[in-house]
Amino acid sequence: MISPYPAVTLIAVLFGALTIAGGLVWAERRLLALWQDRYGPNRVGPFGLMQTLADMIKLFFKEDWVPPFADKWVFIMAPAIVMFTVLMSFVVVPFAPGIIISDLNIAVLFFLGMSSLGVYSIVLAGWASDNKYALLGGMRAAAQMLSYEVFMGLSLMGTVLLAGSFDLVDIVNAQRHMWFVVPQFLGFVLFMIAGIAETRRLPFDLPESESELVAGFHSEYSGMKFGMFFVGEYIGILLVSSMITVLFFGGWRGPVLPPIVWYFIKTCFFLGFFILLRAALPRPRFDQLMAWGWKLMLPLSLANLLVTGAVKLAFFH
Amino acid sequence: MYLLFYISGAVAILATVMTITRLNAVHALLYFVVSLLSIAVIFYILGAPFIAALEVIIYAGAIMVLFIFVVMMLNLGERAVEMEGKWLSPGMWIGPEILAAILIAEVVYLLSRPPVEVHAIQYVEPREVGLALFGPYLIGVELASMLLLGALVGAYHLGYRKPEALENPDADNTDATRAAAGGDLVRAGHDRPAGAA
Amino acid sequence: MLSIIRTLWDVFLHAFRKRVTIQYPEQKAYLSARYRGRIILSRDPEGGERCVACYLCAVACPVDCIALQATEDSTGRRYPEFFRINFSRCIFCGYCEEACPTYAIQLTPDIEMGEYSRQNMVYEKEHLLISGPGKYPDYNFWRVAGVKIGGKDKGQAEREAPPTDLRSLLP
Ligand code: SF4
Ligand code: SF4
Repeated sequence: MISPYPAVTLIAVLFGALTIAGGLVWAERRLLALWQDRYGPNRVGPFGLMQTLADMIKLFFKEDWVPPFADKWVFIMAPAIVMFTVLMSFVVVPFAPGIIISDLNIAVLFFLGMSSLGVYSIVLAGWASDNKYALLGGMRAAAQMLSYEVFMGLSLMGTVLLAGSFDLVDIVNAQRHMWFVVPQFLGFVLFMIAGIAETRRLPFDLPESESELVAGFHSEYSGMKFGMFFVGEYIGILLVSSMITVLFFGGWRGPVLPPIVWYFIKTCFFLGFFILLRAALPRPRFDQLMAWGWKLMLPLSLANLLVTGAVKLAFFH
Repeated sequence: MYLLFYISGAVAILATVMTITRLNAVHALLYFVVSLLSIAVIFYILGAPFIAALEVIIYAGAIMVLFIFVVMMLNLGERAVEMEGKWLSPGMWIGPEILAAILIAEVVYLLSRPPVEVHAIQYVEPREVGLALFGPYLIGVELASMLLLGALVGAYHLGYRKPEALENPDADNTDATRAAAGGDLVRAGHDRPAGAA
Repeated sequence: MLSIIRTLWDVFLHAFRKRVTIQYPEQKAYLSARYRGRIILSRDPEGGERCVACYLCAVACPVDCIALQATEDSTGRRYPEFFRINFSRCIFCGYCEEACPTYAIQLTPDIEMGEYSRQNMVYEKEHLLISGPGKYPDYNFWRVAGVKIGGKDKGQAEREAPPTDLRSLLP
């Protein structure tokens, strides 16, 4: 079900995603402050809403610097990749019936593919900076995102099995009677953890980990190139929240209110939850993270897939 | 559709050529990624979106990242670039060149003959791929998975080190480390060579 | 696992706590009287300058930001001809206050001294000198010191015996 005016949807989604990402920067700072007994930015504009705008103006006027020792083209390309991949992923997100850019029948795979391409941005940024902290960040990112991608995919397969389709619209429609979070609770938890790791959010921000690696993979970035990593991260959070909503919480489905509002409420809830995670949890050590991923999460997601498949085969065939 | 096909085909060929001729290993790998992506686009155009997605996820998104990861760890410098330059001398590529020439000759010969009946592009659903894999090709899938399992176990065996062989067996237990050092993590003369000021 | 969820819940509950932030320009923080802020030069209860230009503060200053020049009036009372503190270098350590023998130089709980031009951070004597005695209202150096100045001869200071008359034979 594609909207009659694809171009309008496209522009609306693009601007919506970027604006919400900008607003998210503000919301995150206010919420973090809320949970740390502070106020957060509250001076620029009403409730400090214009803070992001001010930050953006500052970023635009910063010197756009490429270190002389860096690999110039790869260095410039890296931040563009992260923006490209997260924005491309929004192509398949069904916001409401009819509000979707492209109703691919392999939407879930497309999302996974784009998120796996996003790794390049971080890895290449780390490598091209030719800086040992950046390189360490890049290597961490490569190992972390690669590992967590594996069971990100696997944790979704339970949902795909239940819906019988890779199409996100079908998946939402299949949740008519019951949200998939009920039968797929384990899958939901696994996907959320993988999603945090994929977007390099605290507590899994080891590629960046400013307390050990300066700023990790983007140590050498400044100005709008840094801004792109920054915005890319926030759009990434928005994307993961949207995907959680769509895959496990019935997407736009809900009583009384119009579908898009439901979609919004649910997504905002997860955005807030991500920020709460950042406020509350400390960062694990890297070997703990990897051990956790491969020794706990992977077997769990495989077991989840197996049990889901068996149950579906036994009772619904 | 045909235009798109030819464009992505051209991109694939160009990127592959660049992959071979680049002296910097990471640049070569990046071109290779582009080539894989354009092949994914070709798959999509030819009506196999499932394979296209897998190509992106597995080849471009996982295997190539591992390659880049390894190259990053090797820390190749100017010397490696020099060496690559030497390896690209005519003596090195004359063998592959002859073999490739044979292939090109074959292609030219095929093109010069009257065209074969081209089937209309058939759209392959993910479901059909799955049915094919776990139906007629079940043995192949099982064999491949067995092979991969063997490789996995082998890799694990090669990479496994006994915990006591680690540099710091107490890495997981900082309390124990501290106890041994008598509450002082940096013991005098412990981590400094004797005689150093 | 449980501890993680508990942490999340506890942190969430912080949303309903009282804020610790002080909304600065509208709402001021309480600074104690002994706070080390802007430096002033005080006067004694009679209204005279306390500073005797002994240079002790300039010597004690770890960043060398005090400059002064001593001079004397006709009655022999010393005072600084000029007294200059470069606040863009001052680290508000308070050593000058501790070194001062006359309680002349004092640090005050005033912190609002931002300037756009660095030159404005250099305070001259007329900027530093206040009209009151500051933190020590009753102290007057010249009243306890045994030096002779205009209006006070030797032996006239507080708790000071009159000088011995060397020419007298009386015990
Ligand atoms: S407070 Fe310290 S730095 Fe400032 S003038 Fe006094 S002695 Fe110097
Ligand atoms: S302010 Fe105090 S220490 Fe400094 S010159 Fe004057 S009397 Fe001496």
